[in-house]
Amino acid sequence: MSMLNNVLAKPEVEGRKLSIVEALREALREEMRRDERVILIGEDIGIKGGFGGAFTVTLGLSDEFGSERVIDTPISEAGFTGIAVGAALGGLRPVADVQYADFLFLAMDQLANHAAKMRYMSGGKLRVPMVMRAPVGATTRGSQHAQSLESYFFHVPGLKIACPSNPYDAKGLLKTAIRMDDPVLFFEHKLLYGSKGSRKESGGLEVFGVVPEEEYLLPFGGAKVVRQGGDVTIVANLLMVHKAALAAKTLSAQGIEAEVIDVRTLVPFDWKTVFGSVERTGRLVIVHEDTLTGGWGAEVAARVADSCIGYLQGPIRRVTAPDTPVPFAPVMENFFVPSVERIVATVKELCQG
Amino acid sequence: MTSSLLTKERLLGMYRKMLLCRMFEDRVNSLFLQGRMPGTIHQAQGQEASAVGVCEALSPGDMLTSTHRPHEHAVARGIPVKALMAELFAKSTGCCHGKGGSMHMGDAELGMLPAIAIVGGGIPLATGYALSFKYLKKPNIAACFFGDGAVNEGIFHETVNMAAIWDLPVVFICENNKYGASTPIDSVMKVKTVSARASAYGIPGRTIDGNDVVSVYEAVSEAGERARSGQGPALLELETYRFAGHSRSDPGHYRSKQEVAEWKTKDPISRFETRYLAEGFLTREIIDRCRASVEQELNDAVEFAESSPSPLPEECLADVYAE
Ligand SMILES: Cc1ncc(C[n+]2csc(CCOP(=O)(O)OP(=O)(O)O)c2C)c(N)n1
Ligand SMILES: [Mg+2]
Repeated sequence: MSMLNNVLAKPEVEGRKLSIVEALREALREEMRRDERVILIGEDIGIKGGFGGAFTVTLGLSDEFGSERVIDTPISEAGFTGIAVGAALGGLRPVADVQYADFLFLAMDQLANHAAKMRYMSGGKLRVPMVMRAPVGATTRGSQHAQSLESYFFHVPGLKIACPSNPYDAKGLLKTAIRMDDPVLFFEHKLLYGSKGSRKESGGLEVFGVVPEEEYLLPFGGAKVVRQGGDVTIVANLLMVHKAALAAKTLSAQGIEAEVIDVRTLVPFDWKTVFGSVERTGRLVIVHEDTLTGGWGAEVAARVADSCIGYLQGPIRRVTAPDTPVPFAPVMENFFVPSVERIVATVKELCQG
Repeated sequence: MTSSLLTKERLLGMYRKMLLCRMFEDRVNSLFLQGRMPGTIHQAQGQEASAVGVCEALSPGDMLTSTHRPHEHAVARGIPVKALMAELFAKSTGCCHGKGGSMHMGDAELGMLPAIAIVGGGIPLATGYALSFKYLKKPNIAACFFGDGAVNEGIFHETVNMAAIWDLPVVFICENNKYGASTPIDSVMKVKTVSARASAYGIPGRTIDGNDVVSVYEAVSEAGERARSGQGPALLELETYRFAGHSRSDPGHYRSKQEVAEWKTKDPISRFETRYLAEGFLTREIIDRCRASVEQELNDAVEFAESSPSPLPEECLADVYAE
């Protein structure tokens, strides 16, 4: 992981650098100042002397906006998620927050049956402009505080999904999400938050990135080519973007040039960028921390097979977690989470036959 | 049942168990700070009377469920501290073979389900055990630990209601330590006590001094007997306090120093010592001997854990399906 830090912390441009936590907090603050209808709702997000949410993202916001707009809830995920849906229908723009994405299962009905469907069921008359923030990723906390749940929601028509890998994207996408009229699942990776603030995740990356002081929005549906290369396309999200970038560096030293694509948003998905890249490289590897079967990578593989089969020079490979719950012991967790080495080995095997 | 029915041996056993709980947590804390344990931990120092009083009232075939804060529950239930320590060290000799970790410790064969780290998640599981006991005509009960934070989850209400209408042999035990993470209970509950909610489901509810091990034991015994004899569940609220932060990374700035200090005067272990030293059957010598033997047990556990093998990475793939 320390090698990862060296590669990725390298500044690409000059300017003010923030962590993802700071970038997210700034996005919330700016949107709350801009639009009174934006409220925050969740557990332990605004309490004096408290945490600012499980990972300090909302720290200090209740001081500026008060408890009417930074609403601390009981531990009632189904309830406050549904309340966010209702408040969104009623004209507010709630940003709800679960402390760990794993708890989204408690709120699933509200998200999948209500948030996702109200627009449709009303014949297009209603809109649900809400955001649900959720931290994902395995961090030696065992099976119930570790899952990467993007794919569960990827399957639900009506929900949009963001999964930023760096501070610039995190801020730009969150601001866009808040202004969008659709419900958005906003996934953040615990190991990418950065160590500023009171919480430091062991094994976390110091992902600081340039975030301009001037306001900007980042549209959904635009993937980012993190690194160009002509031999193979690697598509990844969240923490795996960083691992794929490091793998690409190792591969380059061995004569293989990988193109690394950060999907940034899963819904809408930027098929054009991925198809275009695969048409040039002829090879595709998809990397996600979510488990293999039915993961979003399966959909990417199917679409690429459908649209680019004539360009493919080999099978589409996926580097993902195995189909198991997340184990606690670090030796097993390291086996579970896709590693740089596994990405390198998979790409080499694909390119060298 | 009254405390007079507790023999001196029994009381001393409960005292030693409380010490084991406390000293286990203190040892874990220092090992964790030394970086010798991975993950995160939620500790329960201050809540020993609850853990021990409850477990003392259970029989071997009864089933206990626990929470993200399970260490003392597991120690009190009698799971060998070696197996608990090894689990925290992520070793294959741990009670969950290194797959569970701090938040999932437990051993169903020894009467405690691996702890559930989803707040409120253990409540229906305990109740399901109770359903199975009733159906299979077993003489057992389920006992279910959860925090004050859990009583605002929908699952609490759904489950307590079902347990009530079906007269299931389960005792719902709320460890009210006044906070759910940073959230004070009185800011998220309009009624004054958790036990008041029992009336909404037509079952008995009681608020008990959760830092007095004898009171806890008596209350759980009574509710347990009632449940065992087919009269249905009860909701017990044990008033207590956690001395440590919510988790390792929490300095606890949302609680006043004065409040913490006040609760420290109600420390369940020193209260027990003061009371029974005064009554004369506990002596300084017994206390010292207990501490020394607990210290030894913990030394052995740490040595066992440290010298145990790690699981193989590939063991990640095992245990997913029965077949
Ligand atoms: C469903 C769910 N929501 C939120 C959390 C995060 N969380 C873990 S412990 C906790 C507070 C629990 O408070 P309480 O039930 O009073 O137990 P205590 O920590 O005081 O023992 C929270 C919010 C969780 N683990 N599960
Ligand atoms: Mg509590």
